[in-house]
Amino acid sequence: MSEVQEKVSNVIKAKEVDPKFKYKMSKMHGAEKVMLCFQCGTCTADCPIARFSEFYRPRRIARMVQFGLKDRLLSDKALWLCSNCFTCVDHCPQNVEIAGIVRVLRNLTVKENKVIPLVYTVLASNLLKGGYVYEIREMHHKKRAGLGLPPLPKPNLEDIEKIFQITGSSNLLKGVETFEKVES
Amino acid sequence: MTSYALFLGCTIPARQPHYELSARKALPKLGIDLVDLDNMTCCAPPPLQSIDLETSLAIAAYNICLAEEADLNIVTLCTGCFESLAMANTMLKENNELRERINKILSNAGKEFKGSKEVKHYLQVLMKDVGLEQVKSQVTNPLNNLKIAAFSGCHLLRPSKLLRFDDPERPRIFDDLIEALGSESIWYRNKLKCCGGLLRGYADDLALQIAKEKIVNAKKAGADCISTLCPFCFVALDMGQLQIRAKFKEEYDMPVLHYAELLALALGIEPKELALESHKIKTDKLLQKIV
Repeated sequence: MSEVQEKVSNVIKAKEVDPKFKYKMSKMHGAEKVMLCFQCGTCTADCPIARFSEFYRPRRIARMVQFGLKDRLLSDKALWLCSNCFTCVDHCPQNVEIAGIVRVLRNLTVKENKVIPLVYTVLASNLLKGGYVYEIREMHHKKRAGLGLPPLPKPNLEDIEKIFQITGSSNLLKGVETFEKVES
Repeated sequence: MTSYALFLGCTIPARQPHYELSARKALPKLGIDLVDLDNMTCCAPPPLQSIDLETSLAIAAYNICLAEEADLNIVTLCTGCFESLAMANTMLKENNELRERINKILSNAGKEFKGSKEVKHYLQVLMKDVGLEQVKSQVTNPLNNLKIAAFSGCHLLRPSKLLRFDDPERPRIFDDLIEALGSESIWYRNKLKCCGGLLRGYADDLALQIAKEKIVNAKKAGADCISTLCPFCFVALDMGQLQIRAKFKEEYDMPVLHYAELLALALGIEPKELALESHKIKTDKLLQKIV
């Protein structure tokens, strides 16, 4: 792609913009204060991921929400680069919970865009199958017994299944596509 | 004895027996009784919160309900479990509307979140229930002024408004507890910054770069070892060193020990009881300095 073509494709077109998106976001738990972001950039300056990645910029995410660039946000794999350290939440002078906004955008991606990292679906299916996001295998149980550690509690898988059913997460997870890696 | 419901989570019992063994041996010596509750399940960590917040809160609250039924507060070893459970506990205690929504979900599993219990990390229990002076007085094998690079991991401290553990900018609890064992907690560059552990599995190159910087900074500051609380930080920094060796051809040989292991050693528990062979970076040289 030439430099000129690249610039044109980056231009925001009016039809991409959902002017109501910021209001919808403001009603979601964790994203209530997105309108208060005045783009100081403290979040990006203090972000441990932004120091190493050229794609992940929390300040830009907040601005894109304010602009209503929903489709671009939900299809951007960089959304999954936040490591949930919550430094941005603690440091924001406007008390905007940037990591909360990222979480809301990820929840929306699962519901609407339906393309998420493979490892997230593996963790969720482990939880449904065995009660833990990290699979605990027979060899682990044997090793524990050999070291004199007590047997692990038995999760009630029926209860977990019921919770996933009632919130709709079971169905959502059946319908998602996955990717393995995020370019950083 | 003060009794707590022990919340183990998944990574420690499956992959890090050295952590569980040292905690199960050291904490009762200090008067903390650990009770295993049946039906405890996953803490619903950030990956699950990323899929659906309400599902994750309901799963976290389910565990808290089990502790409420047993009339016990929860203690966690893993900081990830601490973050998920303490965050859910605070959110549901303080937001009536959210609590009602989650209780509606939980009613399908025959549970109700009442908000009557606390979720604590074991460092809080050591600091508040046992006390620094008591920890110091129980040390029979002081750690010979070992220089330790404390790395608490993010989820012990943040989001600070919900976790309320320590000052997130200038935390002292972890450092004081390290020094109580007769060792020195040293400052190193970017001490409080994330280890990148949660990106392992889908952005590994980035995760390794971040972990490498952490190890280099600890090494430059003259650390004898790094001390962790979180099993993911441990994997990122311990196993991570093998991957760093393969990828960058750089060797650091920096032992990584969970605080519980250091505590157990200082309380005079024999190293051979602690399954230290599960470490990827060997701890033998370090042990020679202190045993």
